[in-house]
Amino acid sequence: MSRPEGLEVTLYHRQGDFTLDIAFRSDSRATALFGPSGSGKTTALNAIAGLLRPERGRIVFDGRIMLDTDGDVFVPPYRRRMGYVFQDGRLFPHLTVRQNLLFGRFFAGRRAARRDPAITLDRVVGLLGIEHILARRPVNLSGGERQRVAIGRALLSEPCMLLMDEPLAALDGARKAEILSVLERLRDVARVPILYVSHDVAEVSRIANNVIVLENGRTGDRWPG
Amino acid sequence: MLLDWLTSEEWTAVRLSVLVASTAVAASLPVGLALAYLLARGRFYGKTLLDTLVHLPLILPPVVTGYLLLLSFGRKAPIGAFLADRFGIVFSFRWTGAALACAVMGFPFMVRAIRLSIEAVDRRLEAAALTLGARPAFVFVVVTLPLILPGILAGMILSFAKSMGEFGATITFVSNIPGETQTLPSAIYTFTQVPGGDMAAMRLTLISVAISMAALIGSELLARFVGRRVSS
Repeated sequence: MSRPEGLEVTLYHRQGDFTLDIAFRSDSRATALFGPSGSGKTTALNAIAGLLRPERGRIVFDGRIMLDTDGDVFVPPYRRRMGYVFQDGRLFPHLTVRQNLLFGRFFAGRRAARRDPAITLDRVVGLLGIEHILARRPVNLSGGERQRVAIGRALLSEPCMLLMDEPLAALDGARKAEILSVLERLRDVARVPILYVSHDVAEVSRIANNVIVLENGRTGDRWPG
Repeated sequence: MLLDWLTSEEWTAVRLSVLVASTAVAASLPVGLALAYLLARGRFYGKTLLDTLVHLPLILPPVVTGYLLLLSFGRKAPIGAFLADRFGIVFSFRWTGAALACAVMGFPFMVRAIRLSIEAVDRRLEAAALTLGARPAFVFVVVTLPLILPGILAGMILSFAKSMGEFGATITFVSNIPGETQTLPSAIYTFTQVPGGDMAAMRLTLISVAISMAALIGSELLARFVGRRVSS
């Protein structure tokens, strides 16, 4: 039996008037969930991360079942190893940048043997260009710096996949371009696949090899990369 | 010297008050934290009732609270007898009983302060910690607890301050025995009732004011320091 690679998602979830009803598969290095705001992108991402328990659904990554409501499988978020980069950063205000970066690293400690040698604190810090802010607290960071740290924190937790929820939404044009090139480098250097949520065509076309279109809570056409 | 300035009887009351208040705060903190968490986050049947019960000592006359404690924790009362026979813990007419009365009277203040700080925690930070591999117990220790530390400190200070001033429930529950249950307020009250006790009452009043002010200033400084560390 061959091991199915990549991410396979089927979700059905109602939230008030909104219904999310999607199904997609992707084995690309960088997949985009593309759609206007309110189309259910973040809800889908939360379900994949395990922060939301959908009414019905099945999520499989590289043959590992994360969720299967028919089989009563629900892997809790802290065992899914999904590195989530939130739109609003969500850095821990009581920790320094260095402590934030190493937060997930600490909990990934037991898996140290399987570590990707490309992902060390020094390398990630270098890749993101944040050497000079390691001792600061999040309150003293700019929006762009915050988002870099958030990306580094997710990456250093040794995730099996990176989930990015509009990581550029809160940034101005110049910062956007900077982080975008960081993300491109990340996609090409790290072994970890990326699921990128955005409503911006330019971003999506630069980052993603595979695009899944979401509209009103439903998956529509796929753009070939 | 402070030691010479107070008579040994007065000095005993001061020491006892600090012991009683500290014990009351330390013993009620774990329970207060658990209840505050339950009230802030829990969704269960009877939550309003529990909330009311916690706040009851705030509204009841202290004498009533003290009498209720006597009825339940007295040596012959159901809970009191059980604790005494099983664990050798006796409350009635002991300093431990004074600490219990103070803990109960300070409890609403403690729970309220901690509860408000838990409600103010950005739960999205806890979600972020979960995705980084921290199980819920760890999330509480490394994210939630540091963020609510100012609230916990405020609750402890308020409860301590309440305990230092507690009179009605204590004197009703454990009486006014010098060296055992005679705390600062009880001692001041006693001195005002005997001829020539004015000076002693005045000295203890000054001590009372000094301790209260030190506690308030200390808590303010501490809250400022901790608040700066955890502000986002």
